[in-house]
Amino acid sequence: MRFTIEEMRTMIARHKRWDTLFALLGILCLLAAILTLVVLFAQLALQGIERIRPEFFTSFPSRNAENAGILSAWVGTIAVMLVTALTAVPLGVAAAVYLEEYAPKNWITAIIEINVTNLAGVPSIVYGLLALGLFVYKFDFGQSILSAGLTLALLILPVVIVATREALRAVPGSIREAAYALGATRWQMVSGHLLPYSLAGILTGMIIGLSRAIGETAPIITIGALTFIAFLPHSPISGTFPFISFEWLKDPFTVMPIQMFNWTSRPEEAFQLNAAAAGVVLLVMTLAMNGLAIWLRYHMRKKIKW
Amino acid sequence: MTENENTLKAEAKNLSFYYGAMQALNNINLPLYDKKVTALIGPSGCGKSTFLRCFNRMHDLYPGNRYEGEIVMHPDNIDILSSKVDPIEVRMRVSMVFQKPNPFPKSIYENVIYGLRVRGISKRSILDQKVEEALTNAALWNEVKDRLHDLAFNLSGGQQQRLCIARALAIDPEIMLFDEPTSALDPIATASIEELMDELKSRFSILIVTHNMQQAARVSDHTAFLYMGKLVEYNDTKKIFTNPEQKQTEDYITGRFG
Repeated sequence: MRFTIEEMRTMIARHKRWDTLFALLGILCLLAAILTLVVLFAQLALQGIERIRPEFFTSFPSRNAENAGILSAWVGTIAVMLVTALTAVPLGVAAAVYLEEYAPKNWITAIIEINVTNLAGVPSIVYGLLALGLFVYKFDFGQSILSAGLTLALLILPVVIVATREALRAVPGSIREAAYALGATRWQMVSGHLLPYSLAGILTGMIIGLSRAIGETAPIITIGALTFIAFLPHSPISGTFPFISFEWLKDPFTVMPIQMFNWTSRPEEAFQLNAAAAGVVLLVMTLAMNGLAIWLRYHMRKKIKW
Repeated sequence: MTENENTLKAEAKNLSFYYGAMQALNNINLPLYDKKVTALIGPSGCGKSTFLRCFNRMHDLYPGNRYEGEIVMHPDNIDILSSKVDPIEVRMRVSMVFQKPNPFPKSIYENVIYGLRVRGISKRSILDQKVEEALTNAALWNEVKDRLHDLAFNLSGGQQQRLCIARALAIDPEIMLFDEPTSALDPIATASIEELMDELKSRFSILIVTHNMQQAARVSDHTAFLYMGKLVEYNDTKKIFTNPEQKQTEDYITGRFG
């Protein structure tokens, strides 16, 4: 049975209506997601813009909303992120390399693998409780930058592990075989090839992990971050030998989301503006980190095409 | 040319190989002569690549693989399949060129010297000399001598494969394995690789897997025909292609099956 040209054209036109319909639906869904974010950001920005002045970054919190700033919050956030990155990245990368390249394929490895993925879904407050018992009391690190950094490191460890494993898996087997065929040991193969070639993916995973950690509030409150801090942690550089000090690790601290939380819970209208301004700063920090991840991935991958 | 003039370099003795429960090679006996090319032919899945990859213990990289029998390497009479022999030691003596060119995403120079780096050689003068030597022997030196520090990926497919040969040459192997080295290349690049193989066989023993029967006839001194994991026939290449002893061999090389 053969259609006439006319019949075919009507039929195709009818079928194509579904194409148009679905395209419209897709655009609508996309807009719903993006517009919400844009409106939210715009509203925050409009509210907070008048507070975002140099003094906002260089002032401590204050009872007077006009003079209050986020100095201790952003310094605290950077200090905590530093501890988080320095802990989570080596641990996560080493764990991923072990699981991908060294671990024997048996049921113990399988259980560990499943649980690493599950860990990514554990509510962050649970990590907070764990850290309160373990870091704050058991190890006696106190309600410090160190405790907070380690807590967030635990939280993003699964993210780093999963991202690293994916980056390692993206290196083709033929490259592994080429290295082994020349007499490389496992470690020579991992350090000379796998890690350098998957660096972009590993860094992306790290940054995505950190941009999740930077906004976490619940576990940090659980371990007892203060909401009002009018001093900075100790300087990492000291005037006397050995000139580098780790005192700051033991200092109490606050971070950006907690500062925001503190301001939004105040009754005065003026503090809401501060919260909005801090929100804008936090969002910009997160977007900048994600942007950096995309840029890194793009530029480091340019050299490598499998 | 009689067999008596040949020195034995390695010898597979009652070699069987298993991927888990699946037997891929069945009791193979095959000699490999020094300064000669031995070609492995046979239909897809007959086990020729599996056999080749026993010679540098590539199968040790994956779990569940098992060898039976021996591959004895001469003149020191070592069974390279023995669990007492470290596969890395075997790979230091036997190098391999793969089916698809697989240069590292590094410079041409770094690609060639990787095998030396692995051996802990870092003296610049030695490395420079080895790079020139290996690239010259791989017939690539003139094309790349002015851009040794360019990325290897910028080379053409044929050049990349010659780079991989140079990389395998730089470690001065006793045996070189070629696993269908030209199947991803155009006819001109293929011809240059075949020519190269002919020059290289004066240095070591070559074992090559090929799908292309003309290639086997052109480059090899001895040919082995494998079918379903078994060695059907092994003989001088001339004999195999003009007057095979087995009906199955004849059917395969005349294109009646496979």
